[in-house]
Amino acid sequence: MKQGGVRYLSAGLITVAFLGGPVEGAAQADTILAADTILAQEGIYNRPFITSVGRTAIGGYVEGNTNWFKEDGLGEGFSMELRRFNIFLFSTISPRIRLIAELEFEHGTEEIALETALIDFRVSPSLGLRGGIILPPIGFFNQNHDSPNWNFVERPLVSTEIIPSTLSEVGFGVFGKFFPGKVTVSYDLYLTNGLRDGIVVNDQGRTHIPSGKSEEQFGEDNNGSPALSGRLAARVPGLGEVGGSFYTAKYNTFVIEGDKVDDVRRVSILAFDAQTSQPWGEVRVEVALADIDVPASLSELFGDRQWGGHIDVTVPVWRPRMAGYPRHSTLELGLRLERLDMNVGTFSTTGSNIFDETTAFVPSISFRPTSDTVFSFNYRREWHRDMQGNPTVITAGYQFGLATYF
Amino acid sequence: MPRPKRTARTRWLRVLPLFSPLLIGCDLLVPGLPADNAILDAPLDGLLPEQLAVHLAGDEEFARRFSPADGVGPTFNATSCDQCHVGEGKGHVIFNLTRFGRMGPDGFDPLRELGGPQLQDRALPGFLPEQIPAGVTGAAAFMPPSVTGLGFLEAVDDATLLALQDPDDADGDGISGRVQLLDASTVISEIADLETVVLGDSPTRGTLVDGQFIGRFGRKAGSINLLHQTVNALLQDMGLTTDIFPRDLLNVQTGNFAEDGVIDPEISSSVLNSLVFYLKTLREPLRRDETHPDVVAGDALFGSIGCADCHLPTLRTGVSELPQLSNVTFHPYTDLLLHDMGPELDDGYTEGRALTAEWRTTPLWGLGLSADFQGGQAFFMHDGRALTLTDAIGLHGGEGAASRAAFQALSAEDKDRVLAFLRSL
Repeated sequence: MKQGGVRYLSAGLITVAFLGGPVEGAAQADTILAADTILAQEGIYNRPFITSVGRTAIGGYVEGNTNWFKEDGLGEGFSMELRRFNIFLFSTISPRIRLIAELEFEHGTEEIALETALIDFRVSPSLGLRGGIILPPIGFFNQNHDSPNWNFVERPLVSTEIIPSTLSEVGFGVFGKFFPGKVTVSYDLYLTNGLRDGIVVNDQGRTHIPSGKSEEQFGEDNNGSPALSGRLAARVPGLGEVGGSFYTAKYNTFVIEGDKVDDVRRVSILAFDAQTSQPWGEVRVEVALADIDVPASLSELFGDRQWGGHIDVTVPVWRPRMAGYPRHSTLELGLRLERLDMNVGTFSTTGSNIFDETTAFVPSISFRPTSDTVFSFNYRREWHRDMQGNPTVITAGYQFGLATYF
Repeated sequence: MPRPKRTARTRWLRVLPLFSPLLIGCDLLVPGLPADNAILDAPLDGLLPEQLAVHLAGDEEFARRFSPADGVGPTFNATSCDQCHVGEGKGHVIFNLTRFGRMGPDGFDPLRELGGPQLQDRALPGFLPEQIPAGVTGAAAFMPPSVTGLGFLEAVDDATLLALQDPDDADGDGISGRVQLLDASTVISEIADLETVVLGDSPTRGTLVDGQFIGRFGRKAGSINLLHQTVNALLQDMGLTTDIFPRDLLNVQTGNFAEDGVIDPEISSSVLNSLVFYLKTLREPLRRDETHPDVVAGDALFGSIGCADCHLPTLRTGVSELPQLSNVTFHPYTDLLLHDMGPELDDGYTEGRALTAEWRTTPLWGLGLSADFQGGQAFFMHDGRALTLTDAIGLHGGEGAASRAAFQALSAEDKDRVLAFLRSL
């Protein structure tokens, strides 16, 4: 980590430690940690770890799938991919200090990334300090993206194109929970190095927030202005969790060696998410809106507003008894509806809508022999209209996926 | 009667309906091919597998979004070929190019020293887009044309075009088309050499006419062949350098500050060649409803009112290095000549020896598919100023004025027949 990151990290940890209030007993903290681990905030810890070496546990997940798609009658045939092989390390250094790290291999060894490497220090149930390579809490998916938890082979478009999941950034912040009545309220607030110029300087020919991610940001911020992200959520027992979150950052390099070389350009994302788990099934919703300062010379071609959303419904329809498997094996039906608009607005020359829109419909049949493993068969039908709004291009096909924790 | 006991085997039967999508079959659930006559990006029939491989490589480059790391910019209009030519069809007016210059006592000056003749109205962050400089006497917007079937137009012999000319209207029909002639600069001569094919006694295209080359591509016929058109578009539209144009475009209004930092040429000769081959080997557009009685009648009317004098229905290629393009009769509805279109279409801008009111006859093939590639609203004429075919016909002045008057004198039914014919192209 270079100077800027160290400065922010150490200053933040020291400041919040002094303001954090009295330290409670370790036993109480353990009880609280164990009692409520299904909040979105706890997603990174809500994983099975099967092997322990001393105080460190090792686990992970693997995800692979097959694809067979056609776009307007043309397809590439049948293909298979091993999308991800992720290894977790989890260590309880002391009752109040935890470390978690995740190393991700995508498509074999095509991409290798340290996706998470963070230290949590629990001052009290209502205050924890977190620093390292974190997952900014935008929406639900970014912190809860493990494939074995989802019945759909593809990640939601809103969670990959607007919220650039998996978004890992180096930084620090605070998090915690309050318990007013029966409601659990959680909060997260972080400063991170943020995204870079790739949001508009990319090979997409349009505004593309995921292209603003860069490994270089793990070492040094490109503009010396940290991104701020946060999430406030409430969970009501028996109902579920709703959350509102934001992310805002200056993304471009506007000063070089003290001289201003560009206007300051900001990207801001606002997200809403909701989840409920009922006896009849689960519903997950996420909607995100992005506002991006784009150079005037790129406007219209590069969108300055984007939005997307999805709703997933999963219903268990059968719990078969299978020899050698626990009773909670389930066969589940699911449906995802999603929509993405990468360029909200109208053309100044014609007054007509700028499209660049995608709508998708994804029914699924999934079998979970255990809660940690899912076999999922998806049919995916996607309608895309280009920026000009030319006749819709339809892509459709089948995917069969396997994902399991280990 | 007691119900039979449900066994594990019979329970499995309950989930079979869930797999019904598989049983329904692919046809209902997976999109089929669009109609052959609704697309413009199909390859020529009969390409060998080896030719198809190069064609598809060119297709990929045509669709590729070039990034700043690839060398796009620093000033540009678009970042890929298919942004302007979606589906290889006509482009949307938001991608109109602006070209400008100044008319002086020595003729038209494209103002190259001031960034002319094309305005790059977009720029990478950290660079400024161009603006039209002071002192310009003419500026024209150029809507992106369809790029399909261009290999046929390129393969027409120079002699065929020269024979079609009637610059002094010797036949007295009011039509006086002439070929565009471009100075044999070093660059154009090199481009002509690179594309010269001698399959008989001597080259039949890229020949010199009074020391100049015949232009045939572009609204003003400012390019002599597809290689010329492609390197110009890569540089002027996208800011991509090639062996032929190895220097980036710079915004001279900002003092020629630094280039984009990418080693030139940014486009290799193999990529360039695959792009040119792709354009050569795109099939001509196929017609729709051509046997409908109204379309047949409209075709006859199109000829009788004089439209076909410039929008020549039939041309024939000469000898080509590609057998699929050699000695082929085809139907582009153009004569590739310059015609005076009257003051309404005189934007004060020109190229080569064309007068400012002269435009190369636009091929009409694929016309009926315009809206499908322009966002549902068709735009016509060189800058998209006409929103209907009737409006477009109404803008034909100069050598087209007599045909326009003849069309306007038709009965409503006959006008509809002409329009039905145009939509069938």
